[in-house]
Amino acid sequence: MTAVVSTPDALNFELPEELKLLKRSLREFVEKELWPLTDEVESSDEIPASAIGKMREMGLFGLPFAEEYGGAGIGELGYCVALEEFGRASAAFSNLLGAHCSIGAMALHLDGTKDLKDRYMPQLCSGEKLACFALSEPGAGSDAANISTTARRDGDIYMLAGVKHFITSGDIADFATVFAVTDPALGARGGITAFWVDLNGPGVKRGPKDRKMGLYGSHTCELIFEEAKVPADHVIGKVGSGFITAMKTLDMGRLSLAAGCVGSSQFMLEKSIVYAKERIQFGKPIGKQQAVQFMLADMATEIYAARNMVYHGAWKADRGERFSLEAAMAKRYCSDMAIQVVDRALQIHGGSGFMKETGIERVYRDSRILAIYEGTNEIQRMIIAEELLR
Amino acid sequence: MKIVVTVKQVPDTNAEKALDPKTKRLNRSSIENVLNPFDEYAIEEGLRLRESVGGDTTVTILTMAPASGTEVVRKALGMGADSAALISDESVGGSDTMATSYLLAQALRHIGFDLVLSGTQSTDAINSVVPAAVAERLGIPCLTFAKKVTLSDGRIEIQRETESGFWRVAARLPAMVSVTKGINEPRYPTLKGIMGAKKKEIKTLSLAEIGAEPARIGDAGSKTQVDSFATVGARAKGTVITVSDPKEGARQVLDFLIAKKAI
Repeated sequence: MTAVVSTPDALNFELPEELKLLKRSLREFVEKELWPLTDEVESSDEIPASAIGKMREMGLFGLPFAEEYGGAGIGELGYCVALEEFGRASAAFSNLLGAHCSIGAMALHLDGTKDLKDRYMPQLCSGEKLACFALSEPGAGSDAANISTTARRDGDIYMLAGVKHFITSGDIADFATVFAVTDPALGARGGITAFWVDLNGPGVKRGPKDRKMGLYGSHTCELIFEEAKVPADHVIGKVGSGFITAMKTLDMGRLSLAAGCVGSSQFMLEKSIVYAKERIQFGKPIGKQQAVQFMLADMATEIYAARNMVYHGAWKADRGERFSLEAAMAKRYCSDMAIQVVDRALQIHGGSGFMKETGIERVYRDSRILAIYEGTNEIQRMIIAEELLR
Repeated sequence: MKIVVTVKQVPDTNAEKALDPKTKRLNRSSIENVLNPFDEYAIEEGLRLRESVGGDTTVTILTMAPASGTEVVRKALGMGADSAALISDESVGGSDTMATSYLLAQALRHIGFDLVLSGTQSTDAINSVVPAAVAERLGIPCLTFAKKVTLSDGRIEIQRETESGFWRVAARLPAMVSVTKGINEPRYPTLKGIMGAKKKEIKTLSLAEIGAEPARIGDAGSKTQVDSFATVGARAKGTVITVSDPKEGARQVLDFLIAKKAI
């Protein structure tokens, strides 16, 4: 993505004024509009339509996209600051945004033709239509290059056939970026193509929503393509360059996912500090016990490191520099950090932390997927090592 | 039509505040500043009036703040205000309501206005005097505590909130109106609004520009002086009654109130 936020050349850790305002406004929005819905989202496994409406009004679905399409044009740093604030609410909300902005519509935004973007980006930026990202298959998770969905050219159209699974927002999205094999002989390097697919068209079926450990309110399901017709001008990027598009898109997604980890961890730390000051055991607040102090100290230290990793990666992205290494490192570190931080938060809260009321057990369950989706942490390590040994 | 909304930068309402023993002023350095929450209603009302009146109606934000005050002004611009003016000069520090109303009136004369809107009070000083004082200095009608505002043909009518109901008060423009909390639901700055605010003008007004006399501003121009201050002792912690049976809880509360001779 091109640089849209002016970043000072000198080393400067202060957020620009508009991003401070963005952070404050989103904090207020999340606290007033989304937080009160958390229990309802958790028990009903649905985000109320009114909340999605409010997110639309705020312009959230166009967060990282160019202003010419109706996006906010806040750049990767701005997007990460926003996702950090969203990380404080239920993960269902950040997943809804992430599936759409970070990956679903991002592939189109990054590599789509001007014609395709002119046609679809405005309705995606307004949130009138939602997008998802369909790469994973039952036989191709971490081994993403091994996908078996095929796209066979037939005149002006491609016939899409295959099954994608664990597709976040697959049940509600209007469009999907779908990766399919156009040349089996070439494999990942030249044989995979990205398509912009209307999920409401003929030949597309959606499976039932998956039953998950957490992330209630955000659904995943199968997308089944049975000779679904896709116009040839709906290829994203070039025929055969799909795997590159997928990797580029995931770089962006990884950074913002890491930003969400920072936000949720920060919130867990704040809750734990309050509890450590209030909870009296052995005649004094548990925060006076070194065992608790050390847990808080480690949480804060790791969050500090994580936040700086995210901001630095985003800063590189906004300068138009390569940031695959930083994105992989941030995703790996921040997700592991978030899982550890919520574990400590639960430990500090003791038995209360195990109860639904404190809201920590939800974050505990929701966090486990962080080390798995958008590329497992093992895959991140492979990317990091590959960059090191190039 | 030109609507000007006067706003104030105040310390975050949730922050712990302390007075500086030397200057006897609020120590603002360590506290995050926010837009006075009461002013958000005035901004929202200004934007709604602009939408209903239409034409070339504009909403301008006017504030008196250090140069760092631009952040709160950006919020108002992010909500949709057209432009902003900032009276920013070191010598305005310490201005009380007399000096502040003088500065605001001078600035308002300079930038021009048909309608001035403000919140009823700030969350830090809570004097509720500035709107009336500004109107007095400008020689325009002042309509305070408006819970509803309607504009037509150069005439403004408000419902003035009272303890028992409301009064209908009307005046011809130009006029000053202070609006109550709850007159509307202030909008959030949208993402596009925030990014658009970056491009909107924030004009800094110098004292010379608005013709403010040094003797009438800051400490020199302030009639109120803080002689001394003391800290109010912390309130004792309340008693929490935890019971599973609500009836039992109610009985305990009742016993407590009777023991305290409260009922």
